[in-house]
Amino acid sequence: MEKLLEISGNDLVIAILLAVAQILALVLIMLVCIAFLLLFDRKVWAAVQMRKGPNVVGPFGLLQSFADLLKFILKEIVIPAGANKTVFLLAPIITLTLALVGWAVIPVAPGWVVADLNVGVLYLFAISSLGVYGIIMGGWASNSKYPFLGGLRSAAQMVSYEVSIGFVIVSVLLLVGSLNLSDVVANQDGGIWNWHAFAFPTIFVMFPMFVIFFISALAETNRPPFDLPEAESELVAGYQVEYSSSPYLMFMIGEYVSIVLMCAMLTILFFGGWHMPIPIPGTENLPDWLLSLGGLLVFMVKVTFFFFLFAMVKAIVPRYRYDQLMRLGWKIFLPTSLVAVVLVGGYATFVNAQGRPDFDVLDADKSGYLEAPELAAVTLPMGVDANNDGRISWPEYRRGAR
Amino acid sequence: MALIAFYILSTIVVLSALFVVAARNPVHSVLWLILAFFTSAGLLVLIGAEFLAMLLVVVYVGAVAVLFLFVVMMLDIDFVALKQGFQNYLVVGALIALALLAEIGIVAAAATFGGGETFNASPGAPTNAEALSRVLYTDYLLLFQMSGIVLLVAMMGAIVLTLRSRPSVKRQNIAEQTGRKRKDAVELKDVRPGQGL
Repeated sequence: MEKLLEISGNDLVIAILLAVAQILALVLIMLVCIAFLLLFDRKVWAAVQMRKGPNVVGPFGLLQSFADLLKFILKEIVIPAGANKTVFLLAPIITLTLALVGWAVIPVAPGWVVADLNVGVLYLFAISSLGVYGIIMGGWASNSKYPFLGGLRSAAQMVSYEVSIGFVIVSVLLLVGSLNLSDVVANQDGGIWNWHAFAFPTIFVMFPMFVIFFISALAETNRPPFDLPEAESELVAGYQVEYSSSPYLMFMIGEYVSIVLMCAMLTILFFGGWHMPIPIPGTENLPDWLLSLGGLLVFMVKVTFFFFLFAMVKAIVPRYRYDQLMRLGWKIFLPTSLVAVVLVGGYATFVNAQGRPDFDVLDADKSGYLEAPELAAVTLPMGVDANNDGRISWPEYRRGAR
Repeated sequence: MALIAFYILSTIVVLSALFVVAARNPVHSVLWLILAFFTSAGLLVLIGAEFLAMLLVVVYVGAVAVLFLFVVMMLDIDFVALKQGFQNYLVVGALIALALLAEIGIVAAAATFGGGETFNASPGAPTNAEALSRVLYTDYLLLFQMSGIVLLVAMMGAIVLTLRSRPSVKRQNIAEQTGRKRKDAVELKDVRPGQGL
């Protein structure tokens, strides 16, 4: 970002074109993946209920999502007479855009990330907290009772569960010592026993935190069993009652994109991102592009696994009542995650107390990084500089010392 | 490039702030306000204060404005009645606007004619978040903790003011419900024909 602001002329044009190309590639690939994940979701759901699921369009129904896409696009867009037209049409666009924008900071493979923000985790948290606007605007603009009730419910629900999600994220950040998502992944290098959900002394806190994050993610994305904003037995279809055709399609794609985004966050924060469960010896010598491709594959497998869990929960868990939902969020998850933040904070202070003084002595200019002149004074093991930026940050130094 | 971005963003901020006041529909006003918040976050990113930008989005856009929207949406507003008192408040409003303008002018003058040093969003630390935390958790620790206590008291006050226990309303006791055994609920009776219980 800062680099983009400083350059000018031809370099600027090239940089912008490159960024646009990256974004387009990411969005395109992801939307195709989501088309198949949607089918996967329906197939899992069908299998649990001993049905066959969609199996007519294409082999095994593989093209079902594309048929649905055509159907949605070719239908007429109906806007209710009393609706607030601009806001009504803006709502699904906002939902879809926000869901897609969150992917900008997700590191899908070593070095493969559109924007490597220093505050990546906060950015994700901010974007996911904005997701409520699409729903609340859609519910209000429809000018109808059921959508309005659905919008109100979702506003309360999503704001409530954001709080516990925030604290879970904080506890992960305390372990990593950086807000950068690539650093979060790099911190879990070297096998399943280093993943945040399973790393030894913190497993007793972090594994429950992982479960809390998973359940809160269900609530945050309005997935069953917390799909109260669109509970068909009470509110017909909640905030999306009045939507048809492509606006509805945008709502639905936005919902699924943010579900997969939550799966990606679970993978990155707790399940080691692109790292293999057991490191394969000899892979360090492979070319970078092959390593990145392998990392992408591992990442996708993990995301699909979490999506499978989401689908299974949808298939087997009955819907929560509204007061139960609020009780779970405020009276159980919030205190538990607060205690976890305190525990993890104490642990992080304890770990940082060993080694940080050494690092501060080495860091003569107090920049927070060991740069070229300071690096000459010390011999560090190979591969300490995990993100290859030519300087060693404290988390990298700590991992190297371990 | 940074200059172009700055002018685009600040134009959007000023225009959307204008529409907050000018919009006829209060919900539209809140939506314009949200746009203004969001774009201000962009301005913060431009000066390198990424952490503050994200906090602005998380706190103001993600939580405060949602509650705003929540409340405004549920109001049953008569737009004609809302506009009637406009002229009565015009003088007070103009005074407040003038005061704000003067304050902004003072800050701008201080920045322009002051020391002439360039703005540094993260003094003495690699990132904005670290620079802030180094100050907050050392020099201003007491004030920081005190503001937390103030917020806690405010939250408890809000709960105390709104919480009322009505004996007529039946409440669910989760512990009692899940702790219930079969023998507490079900009883086997031998019912004789023609007698009943």
